[in-house]
Amino acid sequence: MNGHTSQDPELLRRLLRAKDRMDAASHEEWPVDRLARVSHVSEAHFARSFKDAFGVPPHRYLLTRRIERATALLRDTEVSITDIAFQTGWKSLGTFGRTFRDVTGESPSDLRAREQAARHQPEPVPACILSAAHRPNLTSAVSEKRRQEAGDINDSEEKTEVP
Amino acid sequence: MSQGVGVVGLYVRDQDEALQFYVEKLGFRVHTDAKNGGYRWLTVQHPDQPSFQLGLFTPGPPTVDAATAQTLRESVAKGAMPPLVLVVDDCRAAYEKMRARGVEFMQEPVDRYGSVDAGFRDPSGNGWKMIQARKAS
Repeated sequence: MNGHTSQDPELLRRLLRAKDRMDAASHEEWPVDRLARVSHVSEAHFARSFKDAFGVPPHRYLLTRRIERATALLRDTEVSITDIAFQTGWKSLGTFGRTFRDVTGESPSDLRAREQAARHQPEPVPACILSAAHRPNLTSAVSEKRRQEAGDINDSEEKTEVP
Repeated sequence: MSQGVGVVGLYVRDQDEALQFYVEKLGFRVHTDAKNGGYRWLTVQHPDQPSFQLGLFTPGPPTVDAATAQTLRESVAKGAMPPLVLVVDDCRAAYEKMRARGVEFMQEPVDRYGSVDAGFRDPSGNGWKMIQARKAS
């Protein structure tokens, strides 16, 4: 886990293609077999190589992208929270709200109210780069983060990552 | 202009491949292509920007040791190098033209409050934003 694992640049370039595809369509479903096909590697090889390359498992990466998009829509548009949930790839409003809160520490409606109250002039950074800079930094699984915040009491929390 | 930034370099995995990409797909011109033993100083230029050269360099000895070169090649291939911005008059037209030439786009043109931007990568993994600025009112 510690130290640098050397990876073949040619493989990394193909893994990057899968990451780019998730960036371009984070609202879509990205099961491992689909991502592995983009990168031309086996499914087993893909998940491990992706995490080695980018520091997070592919599905957690996708989650951060969805939260990032949802945050931008909450902040910059008047689109309803229900529509934002479905536009950013969640299958239910409940899952969206819960995951959003787990990751950002506040509910979608609280974030919207706070951002809109504190609306300030955008700084002179290209908007596309700015949004990447504000990407949530998810260093642990959401379920794990949830457990830690609950004081490690309820280990029965779902083990699967959302989405 | 007699003072200012003259060359900024990118690391690429293969200089021949990079040269072909920046010249044939992006429309840059070769400024300098000089070989000295195993070292190749290669720079290209945007046709509208004669005072600036974009260097296309491979990491390796003698400038960096072999282990550092490997790390740099990995960083480039993961898209971990700093952002690059290409300014264009018409982002959608440039997108169509470049896509037809086989440029790998990671983001289609998107409107953002009057400016339009798209994203593409060079064959090595360097990421570019292509931005059409908001019209001055």
